Amino acid sequence: MAVSVDEAVPTGPVRDHTPPARRFGGRGRSVLEIALLTVLAVVMLFPVLWMIETSIKENRDVYAIPAKFFDFTVTLDHFKDVFIASGGRSALSVSFLNSVVVAGVSTVLATVLGVPAAWAYSRFAVKAKKDQLFFILSTRFMPPVVVVIPIFLMYRQVGLIDTKLGLILIYTAFNVPFTIWMMKGFVDEVPAEYEDAAMLDGYTRLQAFWRFTLPLLVPGIAATAVFALIFSWNEFVFAIFLTSSDDVRTAPPAIAGLIGGTTVDWGLVAAASVVFALPVLAFAYLVRKHLIAGVTLGAVRR
Amino acid sequence: MSNPVPLTTDHPGQVASATPPAPGRSRRLSDRGLAVAFISPALLLLLAMSVFPLLWALYLSFTDYSATRGGPAHFVWFENYTAILTSAQVHLRALTTLIYVVGAVALQTVLGFAIAYLISRRTHGRGLLTTLFLVPMMLSQVVVGLFWKFMLDAQFGVINSMLGSLGLGQVEWLTRQRTALISLIVVDTWQWTPFIMLIALAGLTAVPKYLYEAASIDRASEWFRFRTITLPLVWPLLLIAVLFRAIEAFRLFDLVYILTSGGPGVSTETLSFHVYKVAFLGFNTGTASAYGILMVLVVIVLTQLYLRYLNKLKED
Repeated sequence: MAVSVDEAVPTGPVRDHTPPARRFGGRGRSVLEIALLTVLAVVMLFPVLWMIETSIKENRDVYAIPAKFFDFTVTLDHFKDVFIASGGRSALSVSFLNSVVVAGVSTVLATVLGVPAAWAYSRFAVKAKKDQLFFILSTRFMPPVVVVIPIFLMYRQVGLIDTKLGLILIYTAFNVPFTIWMMKGFVDEVPAEYEDAAMLDGYTRLQAFWRFTLPLLVPGIAATAVFALIFSWNEFVFAIFLTSSDDVRTAPPAIAGLIGGTTVDWGLVAAASVVFALPVLAFAYLVRKHLIAGVTLGAVRR
Repeated sequence: MSNPVPLTTDHPGQVASATPPAPGRSRRLSDRGLAVAFISPALLLLLAMSVFPLLWALYLSFTDYSATRGGPAHFVWFENYTAILTSAQVHLRALTTLIYVVGAVALQTVLGFAIAYLISRRTHGRGLLTTLFLVPMMLSQVVVGLFWKFMLDAQFGVINSMLGSLGLGQVEWLTRQRTALISLIVVDTWQWTPFIMLIALAGLTAVPKYLYEAASIDRASEWFRFRTITLPLVWPLLLIAVLFRAIEAFRLFDLVYILTSGGPGVSTETLSFHVYKVAFLGFNTGTASAYGILMVLVVIVLTQLYLRYLNKLKED
């Protein structure tokens, strides 16, 4: 009782003042919030900016102490080094091409295998559907370091070690669960009645899928494929354990290999990283609408 | 082909009772055939590339097989498992992993949620802000690891340079026992805070406006509104993000490999990294397989938890 009286008494006079006070407090708070957001944004973006800056700095400025933020000499030599080595293509540029091939082919395969499966899971009463879907997703959660041990032995038996095909197969297997989960969401959004109507018109179920549902799924397939492409493109663990030669190796282990020696050419590392990361950022921007579903492997959708 | 059609039109009354089940049954049959044809290739690939290797690892885990020594594997039953579970080395790695997972995920959650909350209160420039904040998450762990290694370099790294110009002492980020693990947590937090932010933002923008309006009519305090409206509504989604990150952090290998290679000493050796050392540097394939299987068990438990919450969220 006493407490409520104490609270009640001051509210009377204060109430008159609250609207202006609150408005002022609101503005002050808003300024504070914007300032805080700006600081956080700078902290989050600084490493990326620093990487871009390092990639266009002359070597002298890269190692300058104290670090040079603005007054450095701009050069594109590092980018040239990424693609051209003395007398031809550099090992790095070959690795970029390998990455394009491996990521591209594995994405196509995962899409071809995953989209029909997603459609079937969405449309048909499959036995223990939920368990199957959970099983599929959990294969994606296996620690790569653990999976790579038996895969390594398996590949050694069948001669897939240090081949692009080996990498393509394992990346496909890693992207199929994602594709199925992600695509199932998209298929669920297309009413099954479209197919029923088409079948009443005399199309078979397969034709109905092919001619009516699939065209509607194209944007979803594109978004899903882009994510699969990003996952394969960024993948490192399988790449480093299953490949060794320069003409098979993909970009992530090749870039990581740049820091192996006694001296590290950080300008080159930065330039290679920029070249490697730019397509990912561009692609990620294209699929920004589906980012939540993408990064949670299709499990969470808005 | 042409036969059944005139049949149905000629004698509608006669056939109507007999035919409907027949096409129905045949269609259901072909549906099942289609389902099998569409699903089995994907499942077969998963069986070959995920399940079979794990079963093989399970078999190897009961043997003393070594990938380099070759020769036949001898059954040692649970020797590998008891060796791992009683090894002080493994306990140490488990502790390191635990500190890393809890530290990184907790930091990411707090920071990510805070950023999401701040962004959700803005009316202008939300899209741009979100896009900018998401950049780190899309980068490869290799790029992130390499770049932070450069920035954290004790000699010419930009972080120490900035500390120096502020008049603070230099820190050997990656070469001191304690700071190395902290650096790892910081880098992981930098990369994955956007992940939590993204999902928290989705939760926050889904909170219906009228709830806040009702609360402000009741003159509820900001904190009260946050505690009773915002948090309960965002929490289920946030929990899923946290669990997802925990699984990913538990599996982490790339960042350790590039940033510290487990060093100095073994201070940043996580379980994943230790498995790699046992398997590919020690070539104790049998032991490494048992180690891996134990890790898989942990992941399966975490995944089950994750999927259960996911299911709950979907049902609501």
